[in-house]
Amino acid sequence: MMLEALRKIAEEHRAAQKPFTSTLKVCVAAGCVSCQSDQVKKALDAAAKKSGADKTCKVKGVGCLGLCAQGPLVVSSPDNTLYRHVRPEDAEELLAAAGTSTVERLAAPANQAFYTRQKRIVTENFDRIDPEKIEDYIAADGYLALLTTLSTRSPAQVIEELIKSGLRGRGGGGYPTGLKWSTVAKAAGAEKYVICNADEGDPGAFMDRSVLESDPHRILEGMALAGYAIGAQRGYIYVRAEYPIAVKRLKLAINQAEKMQLLGNGIGGSSFNFAIEVRLGAGAFVCGEETALIASIEGKRGTPRPRPPYPAEEGLWGKPTLINNVETFGNIASIIRNGGDWYAGIGTEKSRGTKVFALAGRINNTGLIEVPMGITLREIIFDIGGGIPEGRKFKAVQTGGPSGGCIPEQFLDMPVEYESLAKVGSIMGSGGMIVMDETSCMVDVAKFFMEFCKSESCGKCVPCRVGTAQMYDLLCKISSGRATLDDLALLEDLCDTVKHTSLCGLGQTAPNPVLSTLRFFRDEYLAHIEEKRCPAGVCAMHALQEVHT
Amino acid sequence: MSTPSRVITLTIDDREVGAHTDQSILEVARENGIVIPTLCHLEGLLPIGACRICLVEVAGSNKLLPACATKVTEGMRVITQSERLARYRRRIVEFLFSSGNHICAVCVSNNHCELQDMAIYTGMSHLTEPYRYPKLRVDASHERFVQDDNRCILCQRCVRVCAEIEGAHTWDVMGRGIDARVITDLNQPWGSSTTCTSCSKCVQVCPTGALSIKGMAAGEMKKKKHFLAQYWTLKEEPS
Repeated sequence: MMLEALRKIAEEHRAAQKPFTSTLKVCVAAGCVSCQSDQVKKALDAAAKKSGADKTCKVKGVGCLGLCAQGPLVVSSPDNTLYRHVRPEDAEELLAAAGTSTVERLAAPANQAFYTRQKRIVTENFDRIDPEKIEDYIAADGYLALLTTLSTRSPAQVIEELIKSGLRGRGGGGYPTGLKWSTVAKAAGAEKYVICNADEGDPGAFMDRSVLESDPHRILEGMALAGYAIGAQRGYIYVRAEYPIAVKRLKLAINQAEKMQLLGNGIGGSSFNFAIEVRLGAGAFVCGEETALIASIEGKRGTPRPRPPYPAEEGLWGKPTLINNVETFGNIASIIRNGGDWYAGIGTEKSRGTKVFALAGRINNTGLIEVPMGITLREIIFDIGGGIPEGRKFKAVQTGGPSGGCIPEQFLDMPVEYESLAKVGSIMGSGGMIVMDETSCMVDVAKFFMEFCKSESCGKCVPCRVGTAQMYDLLCKISSGRATLDDLALLEDLCDTVKHTSLCGLGQTAPNPVLSTLRFFRDEYLAHIEEKRCPAGVCAMHALQEVHT
Repeated sequence: MSTPSRVITLTIDDREVGAHTDQSILEVARENGIVIPTLCHLEGLLPIGACRICLVEVAGSNKLLPACATKVTEGMRVITQSERLARYRRRIVEFLFSSGNHICAVCVSNNHCELQDMAIYTGMSHLTEPYRYPKLRVDASHERFVQDDNRCILCQRCVRVCAEIEGAHTWDVMGRGIDARVITDLNQPWGSSTTCTSCSKCVQVCPTGALSIKGMAAGEMKKKKHFLAQYWTLKEEPS
């Protein structure tokens, strides 16, 4: 498709929306679908048809609306009223009110900080487009960045723009994306690959899932731009099979883009060819590690290998490979469309742009948010997140999942940046935020994450294979009141060894939850050991726990 | 990868040595008589960096790197022995002992075992962590060989020699984490394997008594030395 044709589709699609004076947008991402938002949409469709309201009010499915725990969610526009806990029976009432009045009993308070404090880039289309319609994406300036780039920018200019933007890898490591792209672009060899890492696996994290389910074309466009910039003709999306809606929409999106020649051979009438394939993960957390992911795509057992050589040099099938996370690719089209300087103007000096977070745990507004870097944890948890339920006291927030750490109250006013989070013993991570209150036991939290690492260790290297199991047993011993101070010393020694000797990121970061809870909540460990008491009242003391299964 | 190998110099333990860029730190160290202990490594098989015994410190890298799987670079400064490395190596040997059932006195490989040698080398006289006493399987279904998971350290030498040298790929790894095991075919008894050629390479390269020839009494299972060229560098035994 040529640029003019793309513009024409966008205009026609926008014009087709003109006759509608109001729109009811139903969230069709996993959170809401799991509480039957698909039934709500069906009921709305049927009611609209029956009453003839379908001529003035458009009912459409859209992406994640953010307040996931209060679904099914419906937004009525142009008035932007958010309805929560909508049931199919409410359809007629909502339709009658659409564009004219508000159904008060379902409406959420207007101007909530949850919406006003966010800054949307990756999630900008979530409440605007139907994830299953490519025309919707095109009408929202989709594929514009790709087609204008193909006719006006050189690959080097794309990378230059990216370097200017200051974007850093959103998978957790924070490696400068522009630098990564230019390394792969410079790597020798005619055959190169682009991989999108969609093997999101941290407990409580659903950022990538929401992006894929809500705006799949954005990822395809980002990957195609990457392919153009580094000189690759083929891309793979490695997505976990546990995300069926994401897989379905990705496949549909690829199909639609191929039909419109936005993927495939001769994109936009240029000589650039780029094809994307979806590969399913089989439920192994370690396959989110780039070398294990590559092994898995190659059809081998998904275990990591030592780096260097890095995938940029020797990746998929030994060829130079660019591997980025979903959210990273989600930023690309916006950066190219608006310029690197625009992006660099958002966030802080070392952490530019925005970050998507998934709020979970003991927090009122469980859901998905996108905030500018540099916002404080307090703003995220108490303003946007709505604070802790039932007036309980905040204790800590875990960022970075099993690889991250717990951040206690005294650091709540710290800005969210890669460096600042690392300084207090946690990491930015991929964006999971699990909030804990006074009823959470920190030993129990550490035990939970260690159990996760133990069962997700691939078993290849000795320290991770045995160390995580030994550390888990020691944590069980502590949480059941059978441990001594010697056990605690041993635990710290094992943390040190596993952290510094494991082969891949999984083992190297597995001790982090223990280390950070020990750093800030050592008194809780000591209460379990010396007083045989769990201050939060979570752990069953002296229970005869079977640790050797 | 297709770039031709160049000659470079680097320092290992304050000694300047020459090397080719396609060599690993371990190769260069051994050429120069510098001992770096290894367990999963075996000359002639592709390195996997799994046992972590050969980790070394490299100036400028914030991570410890496996000598077997890290290529040398110009001006690299490598440290192979330090208090910290010694502590980690000893702990890793402890991990191997605690995760299996290694009872030397009754083992066919007693006195001819690389794990035992490594315990002596690292000074691991006793365990500071609890034994896990896993319940593991012994497969004696093969007519000439025995597989004893209790003594397996998952170095994957059997897997690699079978796939890379014999070309049979009878062995592979099943399960994850602490439950990972080496298996024959699709976890069929070894004796019923349709791919095993009974070449015995796996038995000869096994560093412990996990794979042995049937009918051996304690201490009788000596591996053929030419398979294990590097084994003797640690033990310094007369040939």
